[in-house]
Amino acid sequence: MSGYVSTRGLRQAALTWRPIGARLDRFAGSVFILPAVIVILAFSIFPLLASLYVSFSRLTFSEGGVGLKFVGFANYAKLLVGIDHVHFLGLTGGTTVASIAFLAAAYALIAFLLYRYARGPNLTVGGLAGRVVTAIVAGALLWLVANTVLTSGRPGTLVVTIIYVGVDVTVQYLIALGLALLVVQHLPGRRFFRVVFLLPMMITPVGVAYLFRMLTDTSKGPLYPLWAHFGLTDVSWVTNPWGARLAVMIGDVWQWTPFIFIVLLASIETLPHELVEAAVVDGANRLQVFWRITFPLILPATSTVVLIRLIEGFKIIDLPNVLTNGGPGTATESLTLHAYTIWRALDIGGSAAVAYLLLIVVTFVGVSYVNLFRRRVTAMT
Amino acid sequence: MMAVSYILLFAWTFVVLFPLYWLAITSLKTPLAVNAGPFYIPWRDFQPTLDAWHYIFFDLREDTFRPYLNTVVVGLTSTTVTVILGSMAAYGLVRMRYRVSLGAILSFAAGVALAVVAVVARVPWPVGVAAGFGLFLLLLNTLARRSKRAVGNDDIAFWMISQRMLPPVATVIPIYIFFQQLQLLDTWPALIIAYVASHLPIVVWLMRDYFQSIPLELEESAAIDGASPYRIFRSIVLPLSVPGLVATFLFVLVFAWNEYLIALFLTSANAQTLPLTVAAQNATRGPQWWYMSVLILIMIGPVIAMAIALERFIARGLLVGAVKG
Repeated sequence: MSGYVSTRGLRQAALTWRPIGARLDRFAGSVFILPAVIVILAFSIFPLLASLYVSFSRLTFSEGGVGLKFVGFANYAKLLVGIDHVHFLGLTGGTTVASIAFLAAAYALIAFLLYRYARGPNLTVGGLAGRVVTAIVAGALLWLVANTVLTSGRPGTLVVTIIYVGVDVTVQYLIALGLALLVVQHLPGRRFFRVVFLLPMMITPVGVAYLFRMLTDTSKGPLYPLWAHFGLTDVSWVTNPWGARLAVMIGDVWQWTPFIFIVLLASIETLPHELVEAAVVDGANRLQVFWRITFPLILPATSTVVLIRLIEGFKIIDLPNVLTNGGPGTATESLTLHAYTIWRALDIGGSAAVAYLLLIVVTFVGVSYVNLFRRRVTAMT
Repeated sequence: MMAVSYILLFAWTFVVLFPLYWLAITSLKTPLAVNAGPFYIPWRDFQPTLDAWHYIFFDLREDTFRPYLNTVVVGLTSTTVTVILGSMAAYGLVRMRYRVSLGAILSFAAGVALAVVAVVARVPWPVGVAAGFGLFLLLLNTLARRSKRAVGNDDIAFWMISQRMLPPVATVIPIYIFFQQLQLLDTWPALIIAYVASHLPIVVWLMRDYFQSIPLELEESAAIDGASPYRIFRSIVLPLSVPGLVATFLFVLVFAWNEYLIALFLTSANAQTLPLTVAAQNATRGPQWWYMSVLILIMIGPVIAMAIALERFIARGLLVGAVKG
């Protein structure tokens, strides 16, 4: 079968390659990868170190001009336990039935997964330790989400960003998968759909943000009759935290569904037709073909595109900035926008600290995702 | 079944096209017509006018065309370079085995640390960087040779994608200083280098999946016939990956074409790109929707043309039957 080469296949490939590669060109491996590594390395180290240093310092104005004063962990402390913690982490309210139910379900699921792994055949010390750490951090983040969203409290920028990413990537993936499966059928006019569905991605994100500000305007926008019908023209959605967040999420889904769509489409189209045909001959129905053949074979591409969208999604800034200016209050503010607003207020150290905390969260999510999901997916096929 | 498919497809088509229709008619409205309330259909609800288009093309003229040229040059150049370098790296990661020893990485970290200490201690940065590089080479050829632990392909790939995790807000100032030192601010090369570096991880990750789906047998038989890895890559792997390459090219072009924050910091007058022009229409009197609409429309025009031209490559399932016979 020609499908995807798994890590097992990769190892095989490496074995078959070594004698051939050694004979032909010893340096081919370096030639292929070094240009990219050098460019990325040259361009990433300095910003990474510089902003780390800045996150430990404060901008000072003196007669000699501006300078940076080292303040240790003060910027981080301010965000996590100090005066800015409501902005960053949010305000927790008293527990409610919903928050307890949500947490109980989530923790039970985590405990079950851990238990299954501990009793499973692949148990290793490193693997268990990694999973326990993942479970603890995920549990803490879920606790924060439950106690700020499902109670009378209010979520901070960290939780808002997590909600954006979670909802957006899920919805985008489901819509994109549906559209890709529809377009891949041999329907007349599918080339038209293929191009049209790509359009939203091609608009500059700043432009999309302004476009959605036009569209969601309750007095001049195209939805005016709808607002008028429900008598909502005065109580703009911008004043309702969840309405404003919903507007941001709709904009993000509109813009980035095409990205997932086109990757899944290209992936489905390069699948070997013979497999599907053979399954149909054997009497499989469409649902079975999808679950048994198409879906497993597109999982590697799926896991890549979801990882890219996860990482990019955490950096959402244009939509909340232009659409709602982060408001009402800080209800729609994402982490990147948070970093941007305090950066504009010349708190450059605090801004870098927010950015680094974001980096930590994204790294945690990315590493967990790759280790727990992607690696298994690529090994499976 | 077919009817249901069409209903769903047209429903999403409407969702996609209606905002664009609104852009198009807004570009034909006078400020008065925009502010008076929603008008949907030209000639019936309002009298269309080309005022906004005239303003962008004739009154602004230079201020529209210069950013346009910059966007085209920077977008196409950076995308081409990114796709070439990125697919080479992706192919290496899929078909070769890399083992970077931990000693080499630690040596590198030591070199970087020395350079940082030197720069903080007010040594001129070229000297500091040279000293760090020297230490790196020294350690690499002495201590690092003893180390057995190593990282492999997956770790390299993850390291690459992790370079996109830090938000641009945090990196723009260091990047600004970087190009200031190289005296490249407000030039094409600055934007091109910045975009190549920041988009490479995406190309590597997307192309890795496409290369993995190519049957190994083809490359093996070519290798047995005596083709070099470069030749196999150029004559077999790349032609077979055209759909993936085209899709990836389009993505990266779109990203570079539309990038805002880095361009905002690295350019001022000469190398300014179009997203900045769009954002600049949010003047003190509030957003100038009609100008903004025109600019967004002329911005996506070429990208749409390209998508239509390249669409058939994405569509072609080139792999089918490639291994037969």
